[in-house]
Parts: sequence; structure tokens; C-alpha cells
Amino acid sequence: MTEATEFEPKIIAFLCNWCTYTGADLAGTSRLQYPPNVRIIRLMCSGAVDPMYVLKADLAGADGILIGGCHPGDCHYQEGNYKARRRVIALKEILKSAGFDEERVWLRWISASEGARFAETVREMTEAMRAKGPNPMKTQWAV
Amino acid sequence: MKISLPVENHQPLAVLQGVLKSLLEKQIVDVVLTPMRTPSGSVTPALVSDAVLLDHADPLAPVLPVNAATWAGKVSLREPRPRVAAVLRSCEARALIELTKMAQASLDDLVIVAIDCAGTYTPTAYLRKQAQSEAPLWAELYTAVRQQPGFVNPDLRPACQICEQPIYENAPIRIRLLESDLEQCVWIEAQDEIAEKLGWQGTATNGRSAEVEAYLAARTQARDQAFAEIRLRLEGDEGIAGVFAACIRCHNCMTVCPICYCKTCVFKSHVFDHEPMKYLEWARQKGAQRMPPDTMLFHLTRQNHMALSCVGCGMCTDACPSELPVGLVFRAVAQRLQQTFDYLPGRNVQEPLPLVTFKADEWTEVGE
Repeated sequence: MTEATEFEPKIIAFLCNWCTYTGADLAGTSRLQYPPNVRIIRLMCSGAVDPMYVLKADLAGADGILIGGCHPGDCHYQEGNYKARRRVIALKEILKSAGFDEERVWLRWISASEGARFAETVREMTEAMRAKGPNPMKTQWAV
Repeated sequence: MKISLPVENHQPLAVLQGVLKSLLEKQIVDVVLTPMRTPSGSVTPALVSDAVLLDHADPLAPVLPVNAATWAGKVSLREPRPRVAAVLRSCEARALIELTKMAQASLDDLVIVAIDCAGTYTPTAYLRKQAQSEAPLWAELYTAVRQQPGFVNPDLRPACQICEQPIYENAPIRIRLLESDLEQCVWIEAQDEIAEKLGWQGTATNGRSAEVEAYLAARTQARDQAFAEIRLRLEGDEGIAGVFAACIRCHNCMTVCPICYCKTCVFKSHVFDHEPMKYLEWARQKGAQRMPPDTMLFHLTRQNHMALSCVGCGMCTDACPSELPVGLVFRAVAQRLQQTFDYLPGRNVQEPLPLVTFKADEWTEVGE
């Protein structure tokens, strides 16, 4: 495979306003380099990530889906991230049982001060999804 | 306590009708929700206030046209409400417990009369078989439990063939049909308070018979085999998209599901009304776009919404015009999901739904 056609994974990130999105902002203002493969959608809380959004992204062919929230105990709304944690565990269990690659869905706690952790997470996830190859859903039109 | 009501003239149905009548006559409840035989011979749940009409009650009829938990919920939901006795099979009772947790039903003025189930036919199969049979259809099913407990009747609804929970334990009145020789007597277990009002005197309850244990074991084995087969398909090349390839997204499975209670399902909302150019965009993304779109999204989202509470009643399978194994897929997915959260739908009304609760110190490795 030549450089020009090398597979570039596309990652959809659902980030909480108070922690991970602010962490991503810090990564930017700190001029930290990270791969441009991530498309960020800001929500008010990881607890506001409807699992249907994740399913929609996966079925539409997103190579990776990242859900970012505050560390446990730090949720701006007290318990949104705890509920998100159960929802993501349930969702991944369903994806696995239904024959999907549940490893394309990541949940990470990244605080507003962890710009470096955000950049590192995107790097790590981009490489992991690159290693997996394209999401097979990209070519499945009959879903 | 446990009591034995004698069967006369080979009519155990009359015994059950008598129990329901006395619930009305002794004013323990205002109304009885029970399967009733219509003049045309079909069976439907009905809310009966007139004890005379209970001559048409037929809880033994092996047919499940709807999961009556939905209707037990409607009639108990909020005050003022009647005191109801609801005759329910196990899958219906368990669905009612889940609906109660979802604030779509209330057990405050509702007495569950749980009847042991020997399996049911679809409404069409029931009418066809009954037309061909002199004897009532329940007779051979309940007799088979005692005489061939290992036999899984292939004519039953697919969900019933793999039902390992035909007995519901947490009801104030439990009609122990599987334990009873229906030529002789009907065993009933009842809360002492209700038994006293009905003037019943009985003995302490005891465990299950060896026949019933064998009956449950055979269905558990059938269930595990069905799970193994569908998982091979789901986890193989076919995947869920292949298994559900013939889905026409009619939403029947959602409509008949007792757990899917939303007044307006998101899949019937404006969220899924798209602009014409959006379809073009999707068609270009993948080269083609299935119409109707979002079929897989529908099934996966529905699993996400209700698999934890799925009681395996199989109404979805019966309702599918494409004859897809909807209920089997759901149960196979649900089993692992329910194990993950150590949750059994219908087990205990005090247990919170797994996705509305949490513990701070669980799955602490996730997200790190």
C-alpha cells in the first residue's frame, strides 16, 4: 500500500463539556500535537451520550467512537459519568453479542487539566483503529 | 399455604373459574383480568366484573394472543384505580414486575394470580388445533408434563419451547398446574391473608416434584441449544445484519413488546424524518442505502432499551411478518447482558433497573 492510499481511521468523539472537551481545548492551547483523525461532538455530559448516537456512528461506518467524561467523582452533574459507565458497558455487551467489534468503542475519563492525556488518547486510539482497518460497516449498505 | 381443590367431572377449568368468582364475590377485588373465551372460540384477556361471565374464563387455554402485563399496567397505573386480580402466566407476571419498576404499572391494588404454564400456541395455531380436537388442548400439554416431562412440543410457540421459567413464584396466589394431576385436583398456593378471606385451609408449601424439575431441565437444555445456534449466526459472517436481513421495519416487534412502553417510540418520531438530500448523501456514502434505512439501528437500539428487562415472552417473534427469530436474538443478547449486571427481570420488584442506578466503586478499571 502506498502512502497516498494508506487507511486513515475516522474517530467520532462525544466529549463532555466540563472535562474532556475542556481537556481537548487545553491540548490545543498548549500546542500539543495529535492526529487529525478525530471529529469532536460536544455534549454537556458523558451521561448525555445516548447509546443510539454511538450505534448510529458505528453503523454509518465510523472507525472508532470515543466517549470522554469526567473522572468518577468529578461529574458536574454528580452522577452522569457513573450512569454513562453502565450504559457503555451494556452497549458494548450488546455490540459483542450482535457480532460487532465492540473494541471500536472507547470510554475514557479525561479531566479539564489533562490536555496531554487527551492528545495521547487520540494518538493511541488512532493507531489502534488503524491496526484494525476500516469499519466493515463502511461498505454495508443493507443495514 | 398450600391447598388442594378437588376436580369434579374432569373439569379443572370449573375449579379455576370458581376461584376467580370467589375473589369477586368475597369482594377481595373489584374486577378480574383473565383470559376469556369469546363466542367465536378465540381467547383474549378481558376485565371481568360480572362473576356470571367468569363461566367463559379460560386460563387453561394454551394460547398467548398478547402479553397481558401491558393491560394489567393500564388498569393499575394510577389512583383512583380498581382492585384487580390479574391471571397471568409467568412471562406476563415478570413483564408486569418490570413495568412496575418503569412506573407503568402498580402492584398496590393488584393481586397476581400466577398460573403455571405448560406452553402456548399462537392464536392461529390454537384455533386450527382446537377445531381438530375433541378434547380441550390444555389436557395433552399438562398431561405431557407428568408423563413425558422431557418432551419439547415443536408445535408450541418458539418462545415456549425454550421457556425455563414457566412457574412464577412471587405471586399472592399461585395456581400450581404443573404439580397437579388435573383429573384429581388443582394445587394452589396462597398468601395466608388471602387464603383466610377465601376460607381456605391448607398445609405448608413444599418443593417441586421430580417431573417438574425434569420438565424445567428439558426446556433449559432446549434454550441453551437455541442460544448456541443463534450465537453462531450472530457472531459468524452472517452477523445480526444477516439474521435480520428480511426485516421490513414494520415495528410489530416493538408494538407487541410488553416492555416497550414509550408512548412515542423515537423510531416513530421526527428524529427519523429526513430531508430528501440526506438519503442521497447516505446512498453516496456507501454506494447504496437500504430503504427503509436504520433497520439495524432500530434493532440494536431496541435491544439497548429493553434487553435488560426482556422476559422472553416471544410476542415479537409471533408478530414478525418476515418470520425472523426476533425473540431468540433478544433473549440470547439479553442473557449475557443480564448476567453482566447480575439482573433477572421479574425477579424482585425492589431491584432497581440496572441502567437507572450505579455504584461508585464498580468497574473502576473502565475509562482509565
